[in-house]
Amino acid sequence: MGSTNSTLSKIPNAGDLMQETGFSPAHIVRLYDRYKALDKDKKGHLCPQDFGAIKELAMNPIKQVCQEVLDFPSFVRILAHFRPVDKNRPKDPNSPEHINSRSNKLKFIFQLYDQDKDGKISRQELLQVLRTMLEKQVTEEQLESIADRTIQEADLDRDDAISFDEFRKSMEKVNIEHKMSIRFLR
Amino acid sequence: MWISVVLALTVLPAMFGLSLGFTDLYIKVLVKTLEWAALRIQRAQKVPAVPCHLPNGIIQKGDSSMEEEIVELRRMHPHPLTGGNFTLCDTFYFCKKGIESIVEDQVTQRFTSEELASWNLLTRTNNNFHYISMRVTIIWGLGVFIRYCILLPLRIILAATGLSWLVIGTTLVGILPNSNVKDRISDLLHITCYRICARGLSAKIHYHNKENHPKKGGICVANHTSPIDIVILANDGCYAMVGQVHGGLMGLIQRSMVRSCPHVWFERSEMKDRHAVAKRLRDHVADKTKQPILIFPEGTCINNTSVMMFKKGSFEIGKTIHPVAIKYDPQFGDAFWNSAKYSMVAYLLRMMTSWAIVCNVWYLPPMSQQDGEDAVNFANRVKSAIAHQGGLVDLSWDGGLKRGKVKESYKEAQQKMYSSMISGINLNGSWEVTVD
Repeated sequence: MGSTNSTLSKIPNAGDLMQETGFSPAHIVRLYDRYKALDKDKKGHLCPQDFGAIKELAMNPIKQVCQEVLDFPSFVRILAHFRPVDKNRPKDPNSPEHINSRSNKLKFIFQLYDQDKDGKISRQELLQVLRTMLEKQVTEEQLESIADRTIQEADLDRDDAISFDEFRKSMEKVNIEHKMSIRFLR
Repeated sequence: MWISVVLALTVLPAMFGLSLGFTDLYIKVLVKTLEWAALRIQRAQKVPAVPCHLPNGIIQKGDSSMEEEIVELRRMHPHPLTGGNFTLCDTFYFCKKGIESIVEDQVTQRFTSEELASWNLLTRTNNNFHYISMRVTIIWGLGVFIRYCILLPLRIILAATGLSWLVIGTTLVGILPNSNVKDRISDLLHITCYRICARGLSAKIHYHNKENHPKKGGICVANHTSPIDIVILANDGCYAMVGQVHGGLMGLIQRSMVRSCPHVWFERSEMKDRHAVAKRLRDHVADKTKQPILIFPEGTCINNTSVMMFKKGSFEIGKTIHPVAIKYDPQFGDAFWNSAKYSMVAYLLRMMTSWAIVCNVWYLPPMSQQDGEDAVNFANRVKSAIAHQGGLVDLSWDGGLKRGKVKESYKEAQQKMYSSMISGINLNGSWEVTVD
């Protein structure tokens, strides 16, 4: 988009980023252009206000995706979670899992819920997400009953919270690879 | 000496609306050259031919609605879904949509220049196209020389001539007493000067459906891409312009133009009072001897890939609307004025150092407000007609979002839709979800 003339050389650590995330050079360049376009005040990093300025995002009930300050590598890493799973990429057993593996995609969503990063989605955290998504549309009681039911369904060890494994189990049949992937056209 | 010859060759045909065919020949040569360059680039990159631009962006977006997506997600849920349904996987949908918007959203991309499918040998559009071969580079170098050293000075002279004649001519005509003759001379003068300006941009304009040309006492609306739209439209007829009073050179032009024929210029303070504005426009339109007024209801420049929300003000005046669709061909030069990025002068220089401005203008049949239709729906109807004709995407986003924020009401609408999916299922119970 736009006629800016970013070349790969202008992007710091482009090679490492590509290695880590699996984005092609063309994708990194486009993401860099987008990153610079979002950073309207040329601060060098992105803050929650910059994301607030994206019109379609303002309508999205989930905005917690970006609550902190992001530099370009972090920006790319977040987006890398949504790369389609490469079937052809050789799997080196010693290297860390690809960012866009099924497990990592699930972890990404899990962390959206698990705000305090204690490895479990508590009832409070679930309520918090529900509140953001629905705000004034449902009453507090309805929210609580929804939260209760959800935990009941997923919580297998009856500790009133959803651990990552329980989360993963309940998503077993969901086609994560398809539902959590964004395909770049070029 | 040379300059007078050139001027004679352009001014005389301009007065009579004839063309010597130079521009056509130039465009033909250009097209062949660009096709050749595109072929060489494809061969070098081993990329399959992309037949058209990617006006809709860089990621593939699904077409399904929120409901369809969430139902599909829930189909894969292991547990039986009884009443009051929220599932943890609902967030997948919103998360994906959110990330899609972060990478690319429908609104922001309309305020940057359209991306081309294949390089058109201008440095400014060089995105991802690398060094291909010596021949392409030589042609590019030749292009730079021709555009900057030959065409640019010529175009500047033409534009300067056109504008100064406009100012001087209209002032002189203004001295004449009001009469039919005065009006006709004024029209001729305006058209000639605009035609000279158009040649100053190497503009090749193709008008379609001239029988629908806006008539006197009507309102002409068009999609807005740049200030050049005025020159493009005024090449084929006289319009009364509507706009804010500016200072400096623009103000000078405005003041002299209004001496020879009525235009509607508003002071900044007047613009705030919507009723006063509407009244002045209504009075002008009611007078059948005055030229049709030209309005751009989007209120701001959009990049010619889409049409954004039309402000309802012009549609409340209650007269026949003559819609016009303008579509520029970006292959020859990007006409979009990104006012955040370029000043007016920088923009005009970019215009004059492009290959050419090639565009199509379609005059659409006149439309009027139907019984029981309110101004907003009428505006949307006209907008759809223009978008459809020009091959542009029809968006309901407000162009003012370029600078402003999204209203809370949009977010609430999305939340309502989602909450009805959660609680609505409770109520009618007719939601069949098969469980594996």
